[in-house]
Amino acid sequence: MIFLTVGTQLGFPRLVEAMDAWAATTSEEVIAQVGSGRVTCANLAPRGMLPPAEFAGIFRRARVVVAHAGIGTILAAKRFRRPLIIVPRMAGLGEHRNDHQAATARALEKGTAVRVCWEVAELPALLAETAPEALPEGPGASHAALIEGLRGFIAAAPLRR
Amino acid sequence: MTAVEAPRRTRILALASGGGHWQQLMEMRPAFEGCEVTYATTLAGLPEEFGASPAVIVPDFSRSDLWRLPVAGWRIGGALRRCRPDIVISTGALPGVTALALGKLFGARTIWVDSVANAEEMSLSGKMARRVADLWLSQWPHVAEESGAGYFGAVL
Repeated sequence: MIFLTVGTQLGFPRLVEAMDAWAATTSEEVIAQVGSGRVTCANLAPRGMLPPAEFAGIFRRARVVVAHAGIGTILAAKRFRRPLIIVPRMAGLGEHRNDHQAATARALEKGTAVRVCWEVAELPALLAETAPEALPEGPGASHAALIEGLRGFIAAAPLRR
Repeated sequence: MTAVEAPRRTRILALASGGGHWQQLMEMRPAFEGCEVTYATTLAGLPEEFGASPAVIVPDFSRSDLWRLPVAGWRIGGALRRCRPDIVISTGALPGVTALALGKLFGARTIWVDSVANAEEMSLSGKMARRVADLWLSQWPHVAEESGAGYFGAVL
């Protein structure tokens, strides 16, 4: 099963339509959380807001998760150790207020298992990969360094009387 | 006879608006080990989902609905009065800036960790937080370098 999620706030027709077209070519189930706004999709069963427990259940079962480059989704892929393909929202196409998702995607492209899809036309090839790499769980070196730095500052702060 | 008082634990108020900001704050919880933490966010049900307690819910507001600031500020102030934190930490957004500003008035040390979503420059709320943050961090080395923020690492 493929889980498509574009977050709960903004719609993302470019991605939803591409996944709808892909769903027509496969027998694999596609569960789609499509955000707000209207989307036309003939081959997906679109869902709006998923309750957290259901979201987690679907996420865990997915062979691959296809998503916008939202931080929440990326952290979820780590937490649930699933392979993740991200399509960054582009401000130029009216998909977000700015291009922070592209910046996040560029940064993740190097050195992590996250697959970045810059053009939705590349999606079928990415989805055809037979052994997609899952994101590792747990803090990496960078995360551990952040925790250590915060801990040091907190330990050094004076206690108020 | 001398009575040695055991030092009390550090008190922390950890506040972030619902969504990605909150998730990132949750990823930083190991840094609060051994501390007495009060959590605050803008979305009811969220703290329970992450097992974060005690927690308070404060109203959300952004630049487009600044009129909510007085009420939100009052509620955040209430959380500060109850928690009496030594440390106030936030990942965003505007309610987090408010918590840091008021926390500083209350005499707490303040920490801003800018959202990892801001991979190109400091967020607007992050820029605002600069003046009230004792520890002002970005989660990207190049953003830290350009803005003058500190950098330890990132939750990703």
